[in-house]
Amino acid sequence: MAGWSVGRAGAATAEKAGGHAPASAAEDTGPPGAGSSVRQNAAPLLLCAALLLALALSVLLAIGLGPAAVPPGETARLLWAAVTGGSVSADTGPTYQIVWEIRTPRVLLAAFVGAGLSAVGVAMQSMVRNALADPYVLGVSSGAGVGAVSVSLVGGLAGLGIYAMSAGAFVGALAAALLVYAASVARGGGLAPLRLVLTGVSLSFALQAVMGVLIYFAPNSEATATLLYWTMGGFGAASWGTLPLVAAVVVLGCALLHRWSRSMDVMALGDETAASLGVHPDRQRQRLLLLAGLVTGVMVAASGAISFVGLVMPHVVRLVVGASHRRVLLVAPLAGAVLMVWVDLLARTVVAPRELPLGVITALVGVPVFMVLMRRRAYVFGGR
Amino acid sequence: MELELTELTVRIKGRALVDRLSLRAGAGEVVGLVGPNGSGKSTALRCVYGALRPISGTVLAGGEDLRALPLRERARRVAALTQDGSVDLDFTVEEVVALGRAPHQRGTQALSVREQGLVRAAMRRLDLLALADRGVLTLSGGERQRVLVARALVQEPEIIVLDEPTNHLDIRHQIELLSLLRGTRATVLVVLHDLNLAAAACDRIGVLRGGALVAAGTPREVLTAELVADVFKVAARIVPHPETGGPQLLYTLNPSV
Repeated sequence: MAGWSVGRAGAATAEKAGGHAPASAAEDTGPPGAGSSVRQNAAPLLLCAALLLALALSVLLAIGLGPAAVPPGETARLLWAAVTGGSVSADTGPTYQIVWEIRTPRVLLAAFVGAGLSAVGVAMQSMVRNALADPYVLGVSSGAGVGAVSVSLVGGLAGLGIYAMSAGAFVGALAAALLVYAASVARGGGLAPLRLVLTGVSLSFALQAVMGVLIYFAPNSEATATLLYWTMGGFGAASWGTLPLVAAVVVLGCALLHRWSRSMDVMALGDETAASLGVHPDRQRQRLLLLAGLVTGVMVAASGAISFVGLVMPHVVRLVVGASHRRVLLVAPLAGAVLMVWVDLLARTVVAPRELPLGVITALVGVPVFMVLMRRRAYVFGGR
Repeated sequence: MELELTELTVRIKGRALVDRLSLRAGAGEVVGLVGPNGSGKSTALRCVYGALRPISGTVLAGGEDLRALPLRERARRVAALTQDGSVDLDFTVEEVVALGRAPHQRGTQALSVREQGLVRAAMRRLDLLALADRGVLTLSGGERQRVLVARALVQEPEIIVLDEPTNHLDIRHQIELLSLLRGTRATVLVVLHDLNLAAAACDRIGVLRGGALVAAGTPREVLTAELVADVFKVAARIVPHPETGGPQLLYTLNPSV
């Protein structure tokens, strides 16, 4: 590879003597990147528009499909009636009930959770600087499991009614994240990425042991079912009651993460370089941990721990749009939302009337796609 | 911009890594830091670019205490080329160079036309235009080092600190990098292992041992046979460079080792 030119060293030395030009060769302002930067900015926007369209169509289709199938046109009409407060004829009443009260919140919850998991996956991989990180790396999922099972066993939080178990899961998830943080933080306030991962993994094992004990001594099999639901994930509990909270938290979380995208880019250059570029690596990790813990906690409380999406989606999106977090955090939530809507549709239709655990589908669909992509494109994360 | 370290002390677990180090680099000067392994060179640099807080002493840039500045403000004045050149994600060369603008930008603001021009200029200066769309993780060590230098230039710093920047570079790129550093208007503080390159590239040299400054001055004043024997435990003959007259060291291998 050719060496860099110092042909202008003479001019630059003259500049050094008296000029006021900055250190970088300001005299050398060629035409700004007419090619690549424009291309890089336009393509993701087009991709986003396509994904938004795909998401709208997927949601419409998914709301219509199920044991009682409703054609998309009819679905759109019913949704329109529901949103605008229009009236539906008496004989479509039950269909309206199914579409608006059961399927719509479920499909929307799937979309929001898919978006949130993908974005938080990106954040976690940036925080711990590890390609294997996912939203549950801080022990959030097992924390949620312990919280939910404890509530169902002890019967606490009864005042929260049907939301008691979700509240228990949320508290458990957040407690796990905070515990990992407290155990990883060094005396000087430093937060080493590797220590975060190792602490998170070992805490997960500890919490799984706690769950095992709880199940073993549980008086009924209900605790086992609860635990299974929270560790495999599912959208069966979706309702209009919880959807707004999840939606708000996910949208806000994605927006904040996107705002921090340049800091995450800088973090990928290493802690020392990040500091020299004005990003405090430990503080950045703290706020990522807090936000990711919060968003994941809310999602887990609503739908359990759905594996794989938060791990693979960031990598798949990087393969398509490159490493820049600004682009990844724009595309990943949309792609994750589309994926999750379809995964949920498969889960509830393939072996209807029974439901497959979501984790089964995400793994069955995700692993082969990921393998093919990895083989087709040279993809690297942290060296080879 | 003038850079001045006064009575800088860094102590970790009771051990003084840098011990009351005072050093001044005048505006636009290239100052070299040399010394044996573990003499505190990197630690002193880390205090300048903000990765480490000294327990006492000050780092002044243009008379202003850098410790009092927020990290972002400091990054607008001081750019650093650290020893840790690893990159986690496969950014393109252009993206990494553009990250040099990070301390000047807010939120998700895009690069201005002027900033895009800076990025192109720095890439042209380091002969990276042909590599603009390549992933940094596919580059050789030397190419990646050049990308990081371009990133530091795009930062438009008044002060550049570099920790062994000639590592991984072949001799041609070593010479070109040091020529480039001499060609910038910024004040340069650079850690070098090669004393001959240090003598050729630096206006002044500081010699560190055990965290303390043992000598400072022009290469001719500092690089004497006695000092090299004392600090580096190496016998060397000092001869004047036939063209520049600067000191050059000739070593003889020690057959008894």
